[in-house]
Amino acid sequence: MKSSFPRSLQTTIIFLVVGGILALALGGYFSPVSNLFSASLVSVQTWVSTRYITIRNFFNAPSDILSLQQRNAQLEAEISGLQTQVIQLQQQLTDTQVLAALVDFSQANPESIYKAASVIGRDPSPFLHYIIINSGSNDGLRRGMPVVTNQGLIGRIDAVIADAARVQLITDPASAVNIRLQSADTDAVLVGSVTGDLSLEMISQDVKIQEGDIVLTSGLGGDYPPDLLVGQLFNLRKRDYELFQEASVQSTVDFSRLEIVLVIMNFKPIDITPLTPEEIP
Amino acid sequence: MKELIAIPLLSLILVFQMAIISRIPLLGGYADLMLVAIAAWSLQERVETSWHWAILGGLLVGWTSALPWFLSLSGYLLIVLLARIMVRRLWQAPLIAIFILVFLGTLIVHFLSIFVLRLMGSPLVIGDVLSIVTLPSLFLNLYLALPALPIFRDLAVWVYDIEDEE
Repeated sequence: MKSSFPRSLQTTIIFLVVGGILALALGGYFSPVSNLFSASLVSVQTWVSTRYITIRNFFNAPSDILSLQQRNAQLEAEISGLQTQVIQLQQQLTDTQVLAALVDFSQANPESIYKAASVIGRDPSPFLHYIIINSGSNDGLRRGMPVVTNQGLIGRIDAVIADAARVQLITDPASAVNIRLQSADTDAVLVGSVTGDLSLEMISQDVKIQEGDIVLTSGLGGDYPPDLLVGQLFNLRKRDYELFQEASVQSTVDFSRLEIVLVIMNFKPIDITPLTPEEIP
Repeated sequence: MKELIAIPLLSLILVFQMAIISRIPLLGGYADLMLVAIAAWSLQERVETSWHWAILGGLLVGWTSALPWFLSLSGYLLIVLLARIMVRRLWQAPLIAIFILVFLGTLIVHFLSIFVLRLMGSPLVIGDVLSIVTLPSLFLNLYLALPALPIFRDLAVWVYDIEDEE
């Protein structure tokens, strides 16, 4: 069938219609329709884009995970190395602080010669309060030498081998130290116990003592040098029907956390056993 | 020849006891690794060296401790004697046996220690010692006995080339 319009006229009409539609659209007459169209287009593009990225990641991921795992392992290794360094430095700092305190103590008490030793163990029996130190007769240590820290007296050497020594703490149940009370200027005996508590015995009833009084070694008996700090009085017990007063002593030393101690090298204990009168049967 | 493992093993146990276990007290008591090890070893049926273990362990502890050397030695020997009686005559329920053995062994060693220390003039108060030292030590020893039994069973299997029946 042959068209009744010439071809050029048809083209002109189509252009006019399209141009008219565009003009109407640009004029805002088709905005609801164009919004619907653009929204649909954006949704479709979003969906396609998301799926594309997912698929791309799926194919690219293995290499990324591998590199990430390698990087992660490197960082973890670095972190563990740094943590080890931090622990070592903290330990060195602690040791340095303890040693600095001990040096201060030895400078403040120049009359004694000290030998520092590390605490490497405790007695296997729970009934005894002894520590093992890593210096022995090779370092000049001898039985009976007093052992202190910068905080005060801790005990004396009980047994020595070449490279180690065993120290009886003043908290040991069998330990007895002659002491004097600084403010009352009186002597007494400090004894340990199985719980590690320290108590004073043999304080005369007529002596006035009070909580907080400083306890020092008296030097009597020749086991310890005089004037070593032991602790402070607390929890006084005075009963009229007893011969002596009693009191607990708060030591200045934390015996559960002993790490480095000082052995007083130039003190020789005196054996007064021959002077002790024998019991007559 | 594999029996010689006792020398480094018991030495290592002593080092652990003095360096670590003795620094972890429960009240005034702490575990006795040597006692638990000797008890667990003695209860292994085909083990023939438990007396040697008791002597070696007792001497090692006696050498390092301020307690008289014969005290730990005699305590550990009594534990082995008890273990031999239990293995041969009573029953073969190993878990109950180790609990009973460690319980009695701890009491034996502690009562021996208290007796000897009091003889030596140490003013120990029995009530305090039992509640502050012995009871916590008992608890810790029984706690350690649980893993000790399979560990020493595996050691016995290795030392004596025993076919593992389980």
